[in-house]
Amino acid sequence: MEPAGSDARPAEPRRAALGIDTYAPLPGVPDEMLGPDGRIRPIWQPLLEHLERQPPDMLARSLARANQYLRDSGVFYRQYGSGTSIERPWPLSHVPVLMAEADWNQISAGLIQRAELLEAVMADLYGPNQLVAGGHLPPALVASNPQWLRPMVGVRPRMGHYLHFIAFEIGRGPHGKWWVLSDRTQAPSGAGYALENRVATSRAFADLFSLQNVHRLAGFFRDFRDRLMAARDDHDARIAILTPGPWNETYFEQAWIARYLGFMLVQGDDLVVENGRLMVRTVSGLRPIDLLWRRMDGDYVDPLELNPASRIGTPGMVSALRSGGLNMLNALGSGVLEARAMMAFLPKLAPILTGQSLAMPNIATWWLGAQAEHQAIMAAPERMALSRALDTGLPFDSDPAPILAASLDPAELQRRLTEQGPDLVAQETVSLSTTPALIEGRIVPRPLSLRVFLARTADGWQVMPGGFARIGATDDPTALAMQRGGAAADVWIVSDNEVPAITMAPSRGGPYRRSAPSTLPSRAADNLFWMGRYVERTEQITRILRARHIREAESGRGAEPLQAALDKLLKTYGLEPGAPIPKGLIDTLSAAVASAGQVRDRFSTDGWSALSDLEKTARQMAGRVAPGDDAARALSAILRKIAGFSGLVHENMYRFYGWRFLTLGRLHERALGTTGIVAALAQPDAPHGALDLCVELGDSVLTHRQRFAISTSRETVIDLLVLDPMNPRSVRHQIDQMMAQVSELPGGVEQGEYSALGRAVLRCQTEVATETPESLDGEALDALGTRIADLSTLLTEAYLR
Amino acid sequence: MTTYRMQIAFQYAFERPAGSGRQLFRILPATIPGRQSVLDAAIRIDPDPVETREFVDFFGTRVIELVMPPGITELELILEADVRRVAHEIGLDISTPLARLAAEIAGHRGLDAASPHHFLVPTPRIPRIPAIAGFARKATAGAETAREALEKLGLALHAHMRFDAKATDVNTPPAEAFELRRGVCQDFAQIMLAGLRSLNIPAAYVGGYLRTLPPPGQPRLVGADASHAWVRAWCGADAGWIDYDPTNACFALGDHIDIGFGRDYDDVAPVTGMMRLDGAQTGTHSVDIEEAPVQTQSGPLSWTPLALAFAPKSRAAQTDDPLHEPG
Repeated sequence: MEPAGSDARPAEPRRAALGIDTYAPLPGVPDEMLGPDGRIRPIWQPLLEHLERQPPDMLARSLARANQYLRDSGVFYRQYGSGTSIERPWPLSHVPVLMAEADWNQISAGLIQRAELLEAVMADLYGPNQLVAGGHLPPALVASNPQWLRPMVGVRPRMGHYLHFIAFEIGRGPHGKWWVLSDRTQAPSGAGYALENRVATSRAFADLFSLQNVHRLAGFFRDFRDRLMAARDDHDARIAILTPGPWNETYFEQAWIARYLGFMLVQGDDLVVENGRLMVRTVSGLRPIDLLWRRMDGDYVDPLELNPASRIGTPGMVSALRSGGLNMLNALGSGVLEARAMMAFLPKLAPILTGQSLAMPNIATWWLGAQAEHQAIMAAPERMALSRALDTGLPFDSDPAPILAASLDPAELQRRLTEQGPDLVAQETVSLSTTPALIEGRIVPRPLSLRVFLARTADGWQVMPGGFARIGATDDPTALAMQRGGAAADVWIVSDNEVPAITMAPSRGGPYRRSAPSTLPSRAADNLFWMGRYVERTEQITRILRARHIREAESGRGAEPLQAALDKLLKTYGLEPGAPIPKGLIDTLSAAVASAGQVRDRFSTDGWSALSDLEKTARQMAGRVAPGDDAARALSAILRKIAGFSGLVHENMYRFYGWRFLTLGRLHERALGTTGIVAALAQPDAPHGALDLCVELGDSVLTHRQRFAISTSRETVIDLLVLDPMNPRSVRHQIDQMMAQVSELPGGVEQGEYSALGRAVLRCQTEVATETPESLDGEALDALGTRIADLSTLLTEAYLR
Repeated sequence: MTTYRMQIAFQYAFERPAGSGRQLFRILPATIPGRQSVLDAAIRIDPDPVETREFVDFFGTRVIELVMPPGITELELILEADVRRVAHEIGLDISTPLARLAAEIAGHRGLDAASPHHFLVPTPRIPRIPAIAGFARKATAGAETAREALEKLGLALHAHMRFDAKATDVNTPPAEAFELRRGVCQDFAQIMLAGLRSLNIPAAYVGGYLRTLPPPGQPRLVGADASHAWVRAWCGADAGWIDYDPTNACFALGDHIDIGFGRDYDDVAPVTGMMRLDGAQTGTHSVDIEEAPVQTQSGPLSWTPLALAFAPKSRAAQTDDPLHEPG
């Protein structure tokens, strides 16, 4: 069975160059690609052959495709350190981790058992508390856990279960067995990143992926979503994802999942509790939310009854849960299960609560709150790491780093145990298996830990067939951390049989019914409105600057009076006119990017890329360009990029409220800007050339030439830039369009009656429509500007609060 | 047994109309079988709240939940209650020897509100404070039992600190008040809690009211007719919880009216919510307690539904910060 047309036997040098022949596991460390006998596991053969067949430049192109995908879709995570935070590109380790379906089924069974166990522990801790009363869990451990949220004790979850979407961090120990390294029950992240890794990796190895029977991920998400949809009480109620906001390190993923599943993405500020129900503030007023998927730590959710320091919560959320007006998942307080010290007790709780021992053990853990454990650690401190009992997450990932018990002298160890015992756990030091990674063109073993996701579906717990693999930066199998420069990899569960292709579309009986678009949260509307304004303002500033530098290049000193007029105009934008690309321009653009960043779930990744690219370009140019011709050309480039972004948005965005607010922002800013420009440059005492400049800034040079066979006069300029409804740059045109948009907003026109905003726009429209070039003197233009500016306030009051 | 008629009033004025807001009030006297009962309680709120609700929190405190309409510039809440308080004797010291206390705590299984386990852990407001731990160690040197330690620490603290309503505010950390050697009942209680917890004695923060008539020839108790705070220490399985008032250097035996208890101020804060978050406001808070005529009514009135009604308001004394426990 040789593939036609290609030599089946790869060139030996290629195999050697990739390091396949010399690939060797580390001493005493199991490897995913090599079996215990040192032979390559069969499921890895196709991948290796694929790699061997590819000439180096083609392989490089394949890998670049994956990276390009991640860049294009804006995958990043936010890294915190020393008081600053930066967005980092996603480090992908291109070689996926391959696992045989049979092995995976065993892992899944163990993790489902653990999920059931955690659900039972949770139900007890927030219910009868019999585990503590029966002596199975130390009361002090529960009482000292800040994630045991006392207000939630006795509050039953409306859906009947506490846990719905959880994750486990697992690793393979020295004897080849899988261990649970940590439990993620609060609000685990990574499932969206896992999906992105899948898409990127399947781009790099497209042929290979389609040939192998790799389990698809979409079914897992579909079943989870369908279960949530079915859990709603009424079909108009909404499902939302609660995010801490754009500064959260995994905000990108939250926005991504919201888009993928079609849920609304909300922040604490968007929500209000009314009569025991959770409501979201939208441009159509308050709308109920029936189900909230929480991606925020539990204690931050309600400043009133939980952590009073929280600025990202919603007062009354606990009250809504108490009165049964809200489904939340995972239930508030589920973070209590994550504490490292709980792992000391879960193995003993399993037989009591599930009737069986743990099928997959967790790393050996001792809570040091009692004498017996102290003696055990003192007697055998080797291979024991001490860390904080209530910390969560991976043992080797904690801050401060764990301390090896054997590294302390016995007196010091004894002192720590006596003084801090209940605050500490001892855990057996972890070593992990390795998996192949492509580093500088060679396959080398790198340590691996795996995050596996479980969701509760209509058929009970389901394990995502795949996961999020973390690949260590060095070959040290004990130290591994994404935050310290590791990478992520896709996980392929390979079946012997063909796997069904799965889409996200739910199977539906009956004829197709288009669902009504969901309404728009006020915060999102606010950000879209301002994004529209800032982008338009950037364009205006850029045009003015360009005009100034063209004149500087062409006319030198002769243009001074005009430049003075332009500088005065720039000052109205708060700009210091000296620099070719002044800070004020960058700031305006950054404000646009910041607004866009708040609503990333609402527009396309192309749009986002175009906008952030625009900002990057402007920043790069700012330091480099010289005044005059050089600056004019740079500013022209920026203008073209702005046009590109506007085009993308205008062509692609769904014509609903979001687009309307974005459009209103742009129209409003343009009406305001053009009025200001005409008022400044079309005065009777304006310097020579000001009228032409005015037409140039209004981007209407061509139109003017076509419409008027004469040179510019005050009358022609005002007619074209203010009064002419046919000119898409005129003030009249902006206001006409605003009127059309405002009429379509919720409550815009009711039984023929306009809203307060609608009436104000209509008055503006009438005013502009009834003016003449003669009647529009400086004073009238200023008055018109004020009127237009006031529209923003009315709009904010009506929709954006 | 004494019956008190009390009136608690909160008044707020806002510089600009406040957005609608959710408020929690922990101001209702508690019902403690055999010790304290509420004969009658009524609350008046002006303007009319949009929503009212009542619940009992984890530690058993009755909480009133209000949502005020948007745009209000004034808010007044008046609670009138008749409370019956039974005085008790401090009695013989049957508390646990300190050496055995840790074992008794460890032997206590359970996490109900009265479990000692909640009250040993540092909280954001009351962290571990070495200076106070050192003070507590010295002050309780030679104490045999938990109650003895409680009293010794209370007396020492009372001698060390000066009552000063101006020196601190509601958010002054106990370490700072201890350093200043000044404060009000909240500071006294928080410092004492830090001390007791450092000695591994479980200790709770108690919020309530205090009213006393000075006995002839003796000074009036500080903080009389006011919101007040003191401590409650777990002195072993037999002795249970014992209340001590460090501001007045005495056990709380019959003059103190309980609202509720918790790990620190946040668990029993009289007002939580937007009124506390909004800076541009002024407020007054007054407490007026008088002995009521002897009542013949008896029987279990452990749970009185709130009567929300409107009536003419009365004014009372002012303090600068309505939320700072004056006691």
